[in-house]
Amino acid sequence: MQTLDPLLPPSPATGHVPLLQVTGFSKAFAGFPALDRVNLNLGHGEIHALLGENGAGKSTLIKTITGVVARDAGQLRLDGVDIAPRSAGEALTAGIATVYQEVNLAPNLSVAQNLFLGRQPTRFGLVREREMRRRAQALLAEFGLSIDVGAPLESYSVAIQHIVAIARAVDQSARVLILDEPTASLDAQEVEVLFAVMRQLKARGIGILFVTHFLDQVYAVCDRITVLRNGRLAGSAPIAELPRIELVKLMLGRELSEATAARPARAPGASGAPVAAFTGYGKTGYVAPFDLDLPAGHVVALAGLLGSGRTETVRLVFGAEKADCGTVRTAGAVAAVGSPREAMRLGFGYCPEERKTEGIVADLSVRENIVLALQAQRGPLRPLSRREQDEIAARFIRLLDIRPPDPSRPIGLLSGGNQQKALLARWLATKPRLLILDEPTRGIDVGAHAEIIKLIRELCDEGMALLVVSSELDEIVTYADEVIVLRDRAHVARLTGSQIDVPAILAAIADTPPGAAATA
Amino acid sequence: MTSSISAPAALGRLLPVLATTLVFIAGFLVCASIYPNFASMRVVMNLLTDNAFLGIVAVGMTFVIISGGIDLSVGSVIGFTTVFLALAIERWGVPPLVAFAMILLICAAFGAGMGAVIQYFDLPPFIVTLAGMFLARGLSFLLSTQSIPINAELYSHLSDYALRFGAGARLTVPAMIMLAVVASGMVLLHLTRFGANVYALGGSRTATALMGVNVNRSTVLIYTLSSALAGLSGIVFSLYTSSGYSLSAVGVELDAIAAVVIGGTLLSGGYGFVFGSFVGVLIQGLIQTYISFDGTLSSWWAKIATGLLLFAFIAFQQLTLHIAGRSGRRPRLATAGAAQS
Repeated sequence: MQTLDPLLPPSPATGHVPLLQVTGFSKAFAGFPALDRVNLNLGHGEIHALLGENGAGKSTLIKTITGVVARDAGQLRLDGVDIAPRSAGEALTAGIATVYQEVNLAPNLSVAQNLFLGRQPTRFGLVREREMRRRAQALLAEFGLSIDVGAPLESYSVAIQHIVAIARAVDQSARVLILDEPTASLDAQEVEVLFAVMRQLKARGIGILFVTHFLDQVYAVCDRITVLRNGRLAGSAPIAELPRIELVKLMLGRELSEATAARPARAPGASGAPVAAFTGYGKTGYVAPFDLDLPAGHVVALAGLLGSGRTETVRLVFGAEKADCGTVRTAGAVAAVGSPREAMRLGFGYCPEERKTEGIVADLSVRENIVLALQAQRGPLRPLSRREQDEIAARFIRLLDIRPPDPSRPIGLLSGGNQQKALLARWLATKPRLLILDEPTRGIDVGAHAEIIKLIRELCDEGMALLVVSSELDEIVTYADEVIVLRDRAHVARLTGSQIDVPAILAAIADTPPGAAATA
Repeated sequence: MTSSISAPAALGRLLPVLATTLVFIAGFLVCASIYPNFASMRVVMNLLTDNAFLGIVAVGMTFVIISGGIDLSVGSVIGFTTVFLALAIERWGVPPLVAFAMILLICAAFGAGMGAVIQYFDLPPFIVTLAGMFLARGLSFLLSTQSIPINAELYSHLSDYALRFGAGARLTVPAMIMLAVVASGMVLLHLTRFGANVYALGGSRTATALMGVNVNRSTVLIYTLSSALAGLSGIVFSLYTSSGYSLSAVGVELDAIAAVVIGGTLLSGGYGFVFGSFVGVLIQGLIQTYISFDGTLSSWWAKIATGLLLFAFIAFQQLTLHIAGRSGRRPRLATAGAAQS
């Protein structure tokens, strides 16, 4: 068969056959491995956290388990019996149910109809509404929920909708429940309600695979953690044997011994006047209020795990998301950043993380992509002449070394690194005072990495303020003047100057904040 | 605590239908106060008879729109049906009842075809049924461009038959068929699994599929139902006019959509009632009747009044949705989910 991976999680101490046994799962998309010989054992009555950063392979693993995506290799056993579901429906029939972050129920139907859709009790072809409601009440009562099951689902909170979705799944004789980030849009109280349900299911012997970004939640309910990184099994251990700091290291793939990349002795930029200062800025349920100073000539980096609130912070700063508290001051005067247009008028620029969907216009040429933001800033009444466009494009292609140096080439045909440079050029052409870069080095090759980092430093030296989101701690350490660490949608630590090194950032990411929910 | 929550929620859903019904009653009272003869069984019965064909297609359209789709082909299907019946009965010598069965099957197959194309090729219902509209209209012209009278004995029997309520009030066969269709439509939509699936499809197509509902079958069935009811409407139309003409029922699909929307069904799907569409049909009929009582107004005023009513009802729906949304009882589902750092 296959060689046993040294990281194969040991069977539960009881020696019983695990409830769900994933062995050697592999899956490649267009030649790139998304999953590489991943193993996972889920025991009866076990809550098993599945963790990993962006692109670690969590969703691919779930999709291959539920058969939504066909696996290239591997074996799936439920209670020791080989199964091979080919769709979510078949997985459900086999006993594996999935509840997603977006509640996949019909919001306009009653709670009872949602619980029993497709299997309503009927008599002579007519749904027995009263019987259905009675059963729905009884089913939800098992989860400590006493609500009017005749009311439409959408009249209830997302937490209750999740519980309804779970109740439906469990009632359809699910033995394995996969919860894919169910807590992302819940508040603390709602999370507790959900946890109570999870613990109850655990007592019934149901195995739960729990995907979340919130480490506090992992330690609050889970029995075991499996971490994926770059499509491989990074590690798996009982919760008691994996302290937070070790977990974060597993997720980010860092070893403390792997000493800090030498921090260049860079004069802490001739720190000018703050380009923008945010005070008590935040949005309920999005990011907790934070203070953020962005001085000219400074690089401020946002570090944290996936879902910690980094992108959310920069979206607030750029006005892509409207804050509901706090103030902004630019050049000492109170300003408003309610929309990207207003942000651009203040001299802000934003290169989003999702280059393909939010950044480039793939069918337009490199030149057109570069002048896009500048033209938008000037307004439609003052079009850039073709000559101006050519000059701007030529200058940035030379400056940033965009290859191939052909301004008329559709940008979609360029490599990731060159697309990223063209995007940078787009914002540089507007001469921004503050440039926001979200994961500027993601998905580009090593050579381009170095160039982009060099560019970040140069920009900074020219007096631009930079706000950078990055998962690459080594890189952050080389260019940041200030590192803000985020966890669970809040700014939790601020490191400056000589405090900035990889272990310090890791420790800040992993730490339990004082006064946070008690861990189990 | 159980039933107290649902009272406002249920009221909120019924509000558009209630409003439509109130508008109809108010309109009827206004007409009755202007024309003393208006408030009679005879006028009411004629209202049912004259709008029977529209009422029948509106029931099918209600299913389609609640499921999140649209069916633009029904007017043409009615036209095709009348021509087919006239030719089959008068030229080909097919017994009327057999011709009825044949056309119902043909229409059902036509609808099933459109539903299958919509579902399996993942095409917008608007485009597919628009194509169906041209196809059915074109086919009826191919069969005949003339208006063909139908003289079959059954036709005169059926148009003579009626339940009489005195003073010239007659519940005719077309009206009976429509009332039966409305009643069956209500049972099918509100009391069966199929009906629940129709609502679920309008609420969220992907979620419905993930809940294990056979979305393919449901979609095909919905359009089959709509076209079959359009065929039945065509039969009624031919009874009503005793003829078949390829230009009949042009634009009826839009009247049906208007009736459904006036009846409180959301064009975006997920919400609505068969009864509302029925009242929507009656309101359109009421306007027409008022104009014929008046005698001096151009009949096109009916269209203008329908247009204004549509505007008013759509504005009203948006308002109630807005109020329902503001009262905080409709939490949005994870809208910020896309943003992650």
